[in-house]
Amino acid sequence: MALPKYTEPHYRIWHYIYLTICAAVFFFLIAPLFVIFPLSFNAEEFLSFSDGMKSLDPDAFSLRWYKDMIYGTKNPWGLAAKNSFIIAIFATIGSVILGTVAALGLSSRHMPYKGLIMAVLISPMIVPLIISGVAIFFFMAKAGLAATHTGIVLAHIILGTPFVVITVTATLSGFDHSVTRAAASLGSDPVNTFMKITLPLILPGVISGGLFAFVTSFDEVVVVLFLAGLENTTIPIQMWTGLREQLSPTILAVATCLIILSTLILVTAELLRRRSERLRGINR
Amino acid sequence: MSSETKQILTTDGIPLEVSLKKAERKNKIKAFLLVAPLLFFLIITYVFPIGDMLFRSVDDKMVTQMLPKTFKAMENWDGQELPEEEVFAAFHEDFIKLVEDKREGKLSTQLNYTKNGFKSIIKKLRRASKKFEEGNYKEQIMSVHKRWADVEYWRAIQRRAPEFTGQKYLKGMDMYVNEEGKIVSVEEDRRIHRVLWLRTLEIAFFVTVFCFLMAYPIAHLLATLPMKYSNLLMICVLLPFWTSLLVRTASWMILLQQQGIVNDFFVGIGLVADDNRPEMMYNKTGSYVAMTQILLPFMVLPLYSVMKTISPSLMRAGKSLGGTPFVAFWKVYFPLTIPGIGAGCLLVFILAIGYYITPALVGGASGTLISNQIAFHMKSTLDWSFASAMGLMLLSGVLVIYWLYNKIVGIDNIKLG
Repeated sequence: MALPKYTEPHYRIWHYIYLTICAAVFFFLIAPLFVIFPLSFNAEEFLSFSDGMKSLDPDAFSLRWYKDMIYGTKNPWGLAAKNSFIIAIFATIGSVILGTVAALGLSSRHMPYKGLIMAVLISPMIVPLIISGVAIFFFMAKAGLAATHTGIVLAHIILGTPFVVITVTATLSGFDHSVTRAAASLGSDPVNTFMKITLPLILPGVISGGLFAFVTSFDEVVVVLFLAGLENTTIPIQMWTGLREQLSPTILAVATCLIILSTLILVTAELLRRRSERLRGINR
Repeated sequence: MSSETKQILTTDGIPLEVSLKKAERKNKIKAFLLVAPLLFFLIITYVFPIGDMLFRSVDDKMVTQMLPKTFKAMENWDGQELPEEEVFAAFHEDFIKLVEDKREGKLSTQLNYTKNGFKSIIKKLRRASKKFEEGNYKEQIMSVHKRWADVEYWRAIQRRAPEFTGQKYLKGMDMYVNEEGKIVSVEEDRRIHRVLWLRTLEIAFFVTVFCFLMAYPIAHLLATLPMKYSNLLMICVLLPFWTSLLVRTASWMILLQQQGIVNDFFVGIGLVADDNRPEMMYNKTGSYVAMTQILLPFMVLPLYSVMKTISPSLMRAGKSLGGTPFVAFWKVYFPLTIPGIGAGCLLVFILAIGYYITPALVGGASGTLISNQIAFHMKSTLDWSFASAMGLMLLSGVLVIYWLYNKIVGIDNIKLG
């Protein structure tokens, strides 16, 4: 951001102060994530940079914590990863189906009590997680679903649907309804119209809502802490226990994998958002 | 010619108005049927259980069901002097039943909550009651211990008669009902919950302020930079946003520990001595730093989306009309960003007030919040009704803020990046 030539000196100084502040804030935001990266390759058991690492000695780096994560005998990461993926995938499917169908109804101009219903549908996102956790635990305990995968999947569907509802309603707000009427006038039934016309057009919104739901489930720990038994342990639970007991470098190896995963999700979400904006004709 | 306008009919002879209404209703039902699966799913698995929390938090049937006859007999008692023989007899009958079911221990625990001193006299009564003779129970019970002849203790029993109680809510505010039936606070040094509520508010407030102060400049930079640079910088905001909360908390634990990088840096530049490294974790500082960084994206994104819509020509107009850049900023730009500020601040405040994981890991004893207390009662003391009561108190606070949010920005304006 170049300043015009006529800028007075004290504004020039102020401008550079402003840029410095911005740089500092960006550093504060992103730097903590990059600390984990090198430390997860530490050859030693400490969580700080050894002298060898500072001098970039190749012997100070190793993959031993990654090996420990995958092959470690007492490590629960394999089971946790399996559970996390199974739960997140089913929760995402459930959230996307329920959320998309509800968003279609909500976007109809005929929908009665729109505000009230929207408030109920979004409430799991607004209510503090600890309260959702307590309430969902009471329900699952009564229904006999505590400490089961089904119970956790249902809980994560509750927490994930608001994101799908919001992203899909946002996508539908720019949706040209005359195309569905055109399809109907050409003899297509509503289900066919949805599959062939509406869904392809709103797909970016649906997928990005699904990504939100996936991340919510994959990263969720408060509700799972109430619900999970030993068999249902997930990656967040293992990290939580690990962080509470002792910070081991293996956790950093897992964290590095999670950062890579979230980078992939971020890239996908950004590409989808841009595509969706292009489709809706929002050019910026 | 009739003055009446002729009713318009559709092709099948039904008046148009009726036909349109019918179609409208059909559309309404169609739209509702689409929403129905999710709505009912949430009502059953989520809304009702929250209602269940309300029920649990005031439920006090335990004692009511343990002493049914006693409370029936007590209905005519005015509570001024010791109750009549009738009440004592009823109490004796209930008590014998409890002893048979081995539940008198539960009764003593419950009554002890209401008034200290019940534990020992109930134990004594159990032993003595084996030798009780029929009739004149008043004399016999009173002779077991002098407290049984004290009207205060009978009043304490009477206070447990109702099936519902607000006691847990009072406990959440560090208050209780004393012997005279007045609501009073517990002693100064035992007011742990008030400390927690205030600390929760304090931390949520300051985290919101810090987030605002940090987010405003960078949101402005992102909104004014050319697209190709701002997209790159936006990643710095979005990557933490998409990264696991536990990963981010873990990185703060590494940074803030006593032998950690931040302390190393302070020692390196000579700010603190090597043997005098400050504790930056397991206290409030830890909660502040980690929560601010974790919640910062939630402030940046709404601010950015509002700032993006402000035309740069407005600032130029302000300057060309004689305002200095500062005046133009303060009088033109800043007021236009207020909706974004409102949205961001309330979002961060709502999230911060219910925070649990991060304070539990980096907050130590002095940095934990009310959520941690709720989790503690859910998992450790198993006092679920108390956890429910505190959860609902927190929820009602959040709903007030949510209502404000809705007034200021509207629910529909929630943006997710």
